[in-house]
Amino acid sequence: MTDMTTLQSRNASMSSNEDSTSSVMTIEIGPAHPAMHGIVRFTTQLDGELIVGMETEIGYLHRGFEKESENSKWIQVIPYTDRLNYVSPLLNNIGYSMAVEKLYGIEAPRRAEFTRVIMGEISRITDHLTCLAAVAMEIGGFTFFLWAIKAREYLWELVEEMTGARLTTNWTRFGGNSTDLPDGFLSELSDRLIKLKDVMAECDKLLTRNKIFIDRVKDVGCFSKEDALSFGFTGPLLRACGIPYDVRRADPYSVYNELDFEIPVGSTGDCFDRYLVRMEEIQQSIKIIEQAADKLPEGPYMTDERMLRYPDKKDVYGNIEGLIDHFKLVMEGHQPPAGEIYMPIEGGNGEVGFYLVSDGSGDPVRVRLRPPCLNLVEAMPSMTIGHYVADIVAIFGSINMIGGELDR
Amino acid sequence: MDILLEIIMIPAVLALIKIVVIILLFALPLGTLLTLMERKWSAMIQDRVGPNRANIGSFTGHGLLHLAADGLKSIFKEDCIPRGANKFLYLLAPFFGMISAVAIFSIIPIAGPIGDFTFQVADVEPGLLFIFAITSLSVYGAVLAGYSSNSKFALLGGTRASAQMISYEVFMGLALMGVFMVYGTTRVSGIVDGQNEYWFGNLIPMWGVFTQPLGFILFFTALVAETKRPPFDAPEGESELVAGYFLEYSGMRWSAFMLAEYIAIVGVSVLMTTLFFGGYHVPWLHLWESAPQWLVTILQIIKFSIVTIFFCWFQIQLRWTVPKFRFDQTMSLGWKKLLPLSLLNLFVTAFVILAFA
Amino acid sequence: MSEEISTKQMETTPEAGELTTLLQQEFPQAVTGFHVHRGDETVTIEKAVLEPVCRFLRDDSRCTFEIMMDLTAVDYLEQSKETRFEVVYHFKSLTHGHRLRLKVRLAEDECEIASIHHLWKAVDWYERECFDMFGINFVGHPNLKRILMYDEFDGHPLRKDYPIDKQQPLMELKEIDERYVYGRHA
Repeated sequence: MTDMTTLQSRNASMSSNEDSTSSVMTIEIGPAHPAMHGIVRFTTQLDGELIVGMETEIGYLHRGFEKESENSKWIQVIPYTDRLNYVSPLLNNIGYSMAVEKLYGIEAPRRAEFTRVIMGEISRITDHLTCLAAVAMEIGGFTFFLWAIKAREYLWELVEEMTGARLTTNWTRFGGNSTDLPDGFLSELSDRLIKLKDVMAECDKLLTRNKIFIDRVKDVGCFSKEDALSFGFTGPLLRACGIPYDVRRADPYSVYNELDFEIPVGSTGDCFDRYLVRMEEIQQSIKIIEQAADKLPEGPYMTDERMLRYPDKKDVYGNIEGLIDHFKLVMEGHQPPAGEIYMPIEGGNGEVGFYLVSDGSGDPVRVRLRPPCLNLVEAMPSMTIGHYVADIVAIFGSINMIGGELDR
Repeated sequence: MDILLEIIMIPAVLALIKIVVIILLFALPLGTLLTLMERKWSAMIQDRVGPNRANIGSFTGHGLLHLAADGLKSIFKEDCIPRGANKFLYLLAPFFGMISAVAIFSIIPIAGPIGDFTFQVADVEPGLLFIFAITSLSVYGAVLAGYSSNSKFALLGGTRASAQMISYEVFMGLALMGVFMVYGTTRVSGIVDGQNEYWFGNLIPMWGVFTQPLGFILFFTALVAETKRPPFDAPEGESELVAGYFLEYSGMRWSAFMLAEYIAIVGVSVLMTTLFFGGYHVPWLHLWESAPQWLVTILQIIKFSIVTIFFCWFQIQLRWTVPKFRFDQTMSLGWKKLLPLSLLNLFVTAFVILAFA
Repeated sequence: MSEEISTKQMETTPEAGELTTLLQQEFPQAVTGFHVHRGDETVTIEKAVLEPVCRFLRDDSRCTFEIMMDLTAVDYLEQSKETRFEVVYHFKSLTHGHRLRLKVRLAEDECEIASIHHLWKAVDWYERECFDMFGINFVGHPNLKRILMYDEFDGHPLRKDYPIDKQQPLMELKEIDERYVYGRHA
């Protein structure tokens, strides 16, 4: 970070002789600004076009996710998790359910796990597509934006077919999923993946080797490995810095250790590397989905364990055990054994970790989400200072801040 | 009847009529239609349908009615003046862009003369220098709008606009020097007639694009930058500066900026046609010596319009294909690449003319 | 019950994990408790030694926790433990691939703990959030102010004694005074 240090010294000299004739102008970017997806405010100091200082303010989308969760039953938290990272809601569903399963000490049936991998990777692709589209749009590639959104639409239709909703999916349960694959889902999936690949190839041709695009994103927002680690970066941004840390590999969960995929890494951590890493991860996710669809085993998609799954309606109305189970599950909720766990999964932006504390009752003591973009937004000043004001949008787009996850 | 004809033939009245015909019947409609063309074409590029909702009963005109709807909407919208704005400059600014965009058309001939009658409002002696003078004015629109709005975003946009437009005027002028040298005049009709010559017998017309290929590219680039169209729309900076210098404007004043932009696209296109694609001259038409005058004029207008529309389309295509330059990249492209290249072009042209003419 | 459900038999083990043993060796007095629950290694330490322990965890070649994964607190008001708060630190080492949870107990009346913002840059906002949500004072933090809530917010929302439906007074809109007015028109 050589240019960081020079900038800091420039910064210092700037503030030392700052007076009424100072050339530094303060400009508020956000909270209501078209490039601030989600809501966040940057109080930026500009020297002409050059950014010399920046202060970040978050919290505009704080809805008290953790407080609400602690005042709900365990199962009632799942719909709230949809609203965390709202461009890949299924990954949050999966993360939370797996965390509670870890608290129980159980695993979902294999079919459920494979289905989760397929849906999770679809969500990861939608997440990356949204981010890439946003980056492209911010620097004027509106056509790329709409192509990527078109591709995302193919996948969201799949999600809708599977869960009944595009965004408020509420799909997983403790010990399985709420639905199995609908009829003809796999053939539809492979059709959509072919379409997706076509669109990605077109997008790639349009932008990846475009001179103007490369000029806009190359060497913009560079980040060193050390800083990235210290800031707690995870996900595509850390990999763009050259560190191949991926929770799917580092702490394999679900069935990822049975699947073959590669972890793309960048070198300088600039916006172009982030773009390339995300482009490549989409390809890898497609690969994972294809493998998982091939290996998809037969079997149940939901555990049969009592006090975990809601009994079938015919049992509820047909026999006393079913009725009692249903009553107790509804009134008292799931009661995971006392203990505390931290369950990380690889989300769209990085490590989505749930830290859950249970005292053995139906009410969670603590539901904590480790939001991957908190660290990224925290590092915004370090990334942007020394760049031009137009680079804010490229850098901010490439960190893919999701307000719901950041502010919870 | 005779009196009427006499009145019409008074030069001032004639010029007025030409202004009305050329500007109201050519520039403004084309500029307005361009907004639809841009939407439709961008929709086609992006796999969308594009505007098709505005309707009268079941008639939608493939989005044509959106133009009327937009116009009506702009007229009826509140004309906000932000608190703390410099009211006089704020109200004045939109006109500068409009005037300079429209003024280009006053010296452009859209067809050859019939006897004494020219299809041109004024064939002034300075010709293209007049264009430079007028386009310089348009910078005031952006700067005043940015300055008077009492908004930091607008101020930044205005600063960017002034720096960019003033810089690119330099390259624009330098790129055109070659054309002046080749055709030996700054008068527009002279340049157009000069392009009616042919090389190698009747093989290749001496169009500006063939005599000045580098000048053509440089001039086109500079002109697109001058009109602040993408990829050179850093002054507008829609992602970081929201809308740049006209951020605070609303209603019809905002529309005036937009319309000025689209008229400027047409202006760029007619300039390219006139200076580099033979103007109204239809190539090889002189071989058909018995062509009736009325047919020639119609053919000339058609050819002029086709090339103009092609360049309009090309600018739209450019906008929806490439990303935007950052402001400093725009400036370094201008000063580090366009300036040396246009100087080189100038020297080479001068050398060739000296050596061979 | 289906046989396909493989129930992991990983209950809480009283045996110390590798890292726990290491910490016990290095800081004999500091470790007050430990357990391994479902594979998550947890160590509870004394409040006073937090900073040296964290420095050790970051720098020692046997630990090398490069990433400070998470920092939060838990309010055990309803569980009636002897200390009300636990500040929870999660670390991840990329070199060794292990994770560690570090816990510090805090009593309600002395709700402050040393800040470790100088060890990992990520800690800055985590501590601010923890302060905002739990009212835990991180001594030595350079900019300890609210992050998710607004400055005028009264109370700390994630404390168990903060009612979920509590109403906060409506703040008046603040004028932006720094706006410079050009010319005569005010």
